[in-house]
Amino acid sequence: MKICCLVKEVPDAAVTKRMDPDSKRLDRSGEKNLNPFDTHAIEAAMQIKEGGTPVEEIVAVTMGPDSAVRALHKAVALGADRSVHLSDAALEGSDVCATGYALAKILETENPDLVLLGQQSDDGECYTIGAVVADHLKMPSLTQVIKMDAADGKLTCERQAEYGYDTVEIDMPAVISVGDAINEPRYPSLKAIMGAKKKPLDTKAVADAGIEADRIGEGGSRTTVLALAEPPQKEAGEVIEDEDTNETVEKIVAWLDERKLI
Amino acid sequence: MGGILVYALHDDEGNFNKNSLGAISEAAKLAGDVGGEAAAIVVGDISDDACAGLGAYGASKVYRAKDVPEGLAQPIVDAMAKVISDEGYSYALFGGGLLGFEIGAGLTARLDAGVTMEVTAVEAKDGKLVAHRPVLGDSQIAEVGYVGDPGVIIGRINAFDVNESGGTAEVVDVDVELSEWSTKARMVKRGEQRGEDVNIEDANILVGGGRGLGSEENFEVAETLAASMGGAVAATRAVVDAGWYPYAAQIGQTGKTVAPDLYLALGISGAIQHKVGMQNSENILAINKDQNAPIFEYCDLGVVGDLHKIVPKLTEAIKAKKGS
Ligand SMILES: Cc1cc2nc3c(=O)[nH]c(=O)nc-3n(C[C@H](O)[C@H](O)[C@H](O)COP(=O)(O)OP(=O)(O)OC[C@H]3O[C@@H](n4cnc5c(N)ncnc54)[C@H](O)[C@@H]3O)c2cc1C
Ligand SMILES: Nc1ncnc2c1ncn2[C@@H]1O[C@H](COP(=O)(O)O)[C@@H](O)[C@H]1O
Repeated sequence: MKICCLVKEVPDAAVTKRMDPDSKRLDRSGEKNLNPFDTHAIEAAMQIKEGGTPVEEIVAVTMGPDSAVRALHKAVALGADRSVHLSDAALEGSDVCATGYALAKILETENPDLVLLGQQSDDGECYTIGAVVADHLKMPSLTQVIKMDAADGKLTCERQAEYGYDTVEIDMPAVISVGDAINEPRYPSLKAIMGAKKKPLDTKAVADAGIEADRIGEGGSRTTVLALAEPPQKEAGEVIEDEDTNETVEKIVAWLDERKLI
Repeated sequence: MGGILVYALHDDEGNFNKNSLGAISEAAKLAGDVGGEAAAIVVGDISDDACAGLGAYGASKVYRAKDVPEGLAQPIVDAMAKVISDEGYSYALFGGGLLGFEIGAGLTARLDAGVTMEVTAVEAKDGKLVAHRPVLGDSQIAEVGYVGDPGVIIGRINAFDVNESGGTAEVVDVDVELSEWSTKARMVKRGEQRGEDVNIEDANILVGGGRGLGSEENFEVAETLAASMGGAVAATRAVVDAGWYPYAAQIGQTGKTVAPDLYLALGISGAIQHKVGMQNSENILAINKDQNAPIFEYCDLGVVGDLHKIVPKLTEAIKAKKGS
């Protein structure tokens, strides 16, 4: 079986993210990292491989600018055997509809039995790419999966939905987005980190994957950001540092008391 | 062309989801401005009366796909894509919830449609809908318009109020042929309740426990604190998924919505999906060791510090105060 993991480069968690008022897109300057949710997808792939189901290959796939290569290196250090980088200026400004289409086209060239991805990107927080990709690929899918067992060409998955936990059986090939409760991603070994740059990395442009130019990029997107507005301001609460815990506790008790909560 | 089609989610007993009713009410408000009607779609064997009853929230028509199963997204994508293509709806609207995200995403692919999610408000401008979509941890709101028809709008939970405007909807049965890949996922068990059935809705004081508690055992810290104030303990999805606390105590998008007098968050980051379930609490107090945790942006009193150091002392102090 062949597993493709979709991974994305996102601003590092420590960076304060902001929108660029001119382009109305995310300002992507500053420190970047592999989307933390995607590390769970790679770990899930590794656990299938180590769990006895024959896995020939784990391929990390991303769509993004040149710098996204570093996210692929991280993915390879975490266990992927090789990676594919879809990189093309024509993709800039793609919305969910366009991104999902482009990712599906690049995945088609790989013909995977299983596509794994994170439940959300740290920057876009769209929660949707998995289900978009799945429908393009004509594969069944489930998102937010926190338990997954693979056997006999089938997956048994669990996830929490609106009424409690659902258990769903899915035939492969399939597209599964995983939640962070599914596993504890391993730390890459120093050797794996050092070796990551030597693993095969395929860089592809839009034309290489048969991606129609009018369905991607800003021009091919089906949504357009008309304006950016400030959210309604809630009166900011007080935030205190706990330096002397007895004092902190006194403050909390006084605050509770004032509001007649104790 | 015109009009808004709303997906009406229901549980296994056939009860419609409150967020779907809110979405129908919202569609009814907007439909006239986009040159059409508000309609709903229901899957499964739901009675004529129950379907027609959605008219009370403003749906003029209710499509019913009897043979399409409820609970998994792709068969419902088949049903909605058919109705939207055949009848020419300009928008698909979802009241939030996990299934809404998955169906909306599927429609995006199927109909080459624009999609917005976590939408907190929708307005009509020049005969088209504009969705207000908070981005970057709610620090800004993007006003998003659609290029071409149809547009998919996935609301945030509790974003749309339920309004009864009266009326009965016309019920129209639709035959849907399922896509081959829609039949490759099967529900084995739906809506399983994990852990005991605890009551958090009636508590005036709730102590919320998050991953920061560190372990299942440490929930005792939250329980003792709650007991000292006569309150109950609630939880985040992270700890429920980890099996540390019962699902019935979960607050948020796929859990409960509460509004106690006091919500005391222990080791909770305050992610949007949690916030939507507790932001209407009268007073919010948060203890978290990470000063950048989102919860500090909307709590009334925030304490940056280690809960393991603070909470035992706090519990003692409250007990002492109450005893005095
Ligand atoms: C579709 C969807 C639906 C969801 N539905 C829900 C839902 O219904 N309810 C829900 O809660 N979530 C829901 N989530 C998940 C949500 O996005 C968050 O992942 C979750 O709320 C995080 O839980 P947490 O705050 O316990 O954990 P974390 O985000 O891991 O936060 C733990 C916090 O504890 C702090 N901490 C750690 N140690 C200490 C210490 N010793 N002292 C003080 N602080 C400490 C950390 O600084 C951190 O901020 C949903 C997500 C999605 C995508
Ligand atoms: N440009 C991209 N390249 C590769 N994978 C992506 C990209 N954007 C999103 N994804 C994947 O889709 C998941 C969900 O992202 P989102 O729907 O944007 O929240 C992420 O965790 C990634 O696995």
